[in-house]
Amino acid sequence: MLQTISLFAPQLLLAVTASLLLGFGVSKDKDRSIIVRYIAVGLLILFAFIGLLLGQPTGEAFKGALRVDNYSHYVNMFMGLSAAAALMFSKSYFQTEKLDRYEYSVLVLYAVLGMSIMVSANSLLSLYIGIELQSLALYVMAAFNRDSLRASEAGLKYFVLGAISSGLLLYGSSLIYGFTGSLEFDRIAQVVSEGATPGIIAGMVFLLCGLAFKISAVPFHMWTPDVYEGSPTPVTGFFSAAPKFAAMALIARLVVGPFGDIVTQWQQVIIVLAVLSMFVGAIGALAQTNVKRLMAYSSIANMGYALVPLAAGTVAGVKGMLIFMSIYVITVIGIFACILQMRIRNGMVEQISDLSGLSKSNKSLAIILSLFMFSLMGIPPLLGFFGKWFAFAPAVEANLTWLVVLALIASVIGAFYYLRLVKTMWFEQPENEFVQAPKTLRGLSAISVLLVFPLLILPFIAVRSQGIIALAAESLF
Amino acid sequence: MLVAISFYLLAAVAIAAAFMVVASKNPVHSVMYLILTFFSAAGLFILLGAEFLALLIVMVYVGAVAVLFLFVVMMLDVDFVEMKQGFLQYLPVGALVGVVLFIEMFLVGAAYFSGEPTTVVERDPNVSNLEAFGEVLYTEYAGMFEAAGLILLVALIGAVVLTLREREGVRKQNILEQNARTRATGVEHVDIEPGQGIG
Repeated sequence: MLQTISLFAPQLLLAVTASLLLGFGVSKDKDRSIIVRYIAVGLLILFAFIGLLLGQPTGEAFKGALRVDNYSHYVNMFMGLSAAAALMFSKSYFQTEKLDRYEYSVLVLYAVLGMSIMVSANSLLSLYIGIELQSLALYVMAAFNRDSLRASEAGLKYFVLGAISSGLLLYGSSLIYGFTGSLEFDRIAQVVSEGATPGIIAGMVFLLCGLAFKISAVPFHMWTPDVYEGSPTPVTGFFSAAPKFAAMALIARLVVGPFGDIVTQWQQVIIVLAVLSMFVGAIGALAQTNVKRLMAYSSIANMGYALVPLAAGTVAGVKGMLIFMSIYVITVIGIFACILQMRIRNGMVEQISDLSGLSKSNKSLAIILSLFMFSLMGIPPLLGFFGKWFAFAPAVEANLTWLVVLALIASVIGAFYYLRLVKTMWFEQPENEFVQAPKTLRGLSAISVLLVFPLLILPFIAVRSQGIIALAAESLF
Repeated sequence: MLVAISFYLLAAVAIAAAFMVVASKNPVHSVMYLILTFFSAAGLFILLGAEFLALLIVMVYVGAVAVLFLFVVMMLDVDFVEMKQGFLQYLPVGALVGVVLFIEMFLVGAAYFSGEPTTVVERDPNVSNLEAFGEVLYTEYAGMFEAAGLILLVALIGAVVLTLREREGVRKQNILEQNARTRATGVEHVDIEPGQGIG
């Protein structure tokens, strides 16, 4: 009994406590948003480490609907921590914008619950339910600033396009169900290994298209810049970290699990998505003037890089994807913690030109933000370099050298706009007075920059963490 | 024979009605055609031996969803004529994509029907649909069932978060207070001098 519960303990924890918090937050005369937020952050941190606390149980829960393995433990940990960080940095923003309502924290918990179901999904049913639970919470969060026209537009756009992607996903699922006769991944894998008919392949392509929406891979990226720009900034920060990791992890589980025997079939799809994402992300960002839109294109490009190792279809490929996504999540949380710190007199910093002369008005922040930019570019001593290194090496081993060459070209194009941001900060005259940032934000950005600057931490954890990631990747095969 | 005739009739009606949902000018008619589509789909489910699903479709989609649509269409002041203006303009591109997709799916379907028919899960004719659902819904699929419930809860929270506004200065009825009133709190004795009034 206890063993069975320990398998889905992370999901149980979130489902029960989120519902309890929902009841606790309702109060007639007291605003409980602050206390609810702190409890939710504590729960997310507990969620992140509950797998470790219970001794990393492995197995299948709910008659094979959820599969718990080292892979799901690892991804859950990153999702929980990044969601906790995103929740912490939403505090000051929502309070100054007078948007602080306790439902936000509850929605974050439900979204993370959906993501953890996605990551553990072992049947098409749990896959779909996880995605819907996650997406529905995200749609509401995008429109959370309901009095703002742009936020409402972002929420509506996200909702409508998300519904289309769900349609694609369901259509693909119905084809796969029709041709294999089962929703369960194990059974699908068995049928696929006996010979994949065109129907199964068509279903798989639809399924991958639906999931490509979730990681905003080109050509399913149209919503990303608008939603990133329109949503409140902390929500954008949340969007670009945990949900991306969850969807990417789900894609990896799907392609090496049920479709592991038809690598050549899905490899083409992944390669097309990767190449298009890298180039559209890199070139699209060149003309942006808004920081959030820039981050949207940057995330499109980075999803492209993350798909490169996956195209190899090997254990090393999945490991490379996990390392790259982990590093990307750390970097992006740090960047949004920096963006949220910068408050000029008439509101938040949104334009790139607002950053001009940051080095003179707030030197430490400029240094931190520049480090993040160099990390995203992939300059050697920083963590971003290792992310790309581990991401591109498996693709070379799998004879996809040309794909890596394309990825490197896209990285060089992408370096231009990261460098432009650095130039604006260091070599232009200051125009704005910045308001002193709250402590939590400064703390968060400092922690992430310490993580990004690997010379400080690499000797201690590099070997160990690589071992953990390798175990996680192996548990998929 | 009768089954085949009913199938083609229901399928043809479903497709024609679905097309009319998109094509009809009056949005109220669109919703009506939508109801017709749902009914035909329910008929198809009955032909497949899934009578419970057929009933659910009629009850949920026709009874609740379509009626809600009808309300929305009639209550909202949306200029549908203006909205439809781009329809013809995009028709060629849309039709091209649709036709290509249809041919592709037709080929996939042809591959399916050219193969040998197989039964995936044997069905006991003595067990009704409802029994079969009941056996697995709260046992095998209990976890997913609960998760689906949470999706509905999130939708509910979303509706409240995005629309609930507490207005200031609105008189509200407090039933508890009303019931707790006594004669002492509700009535005031005023001693009026003759010829003075209460002004």
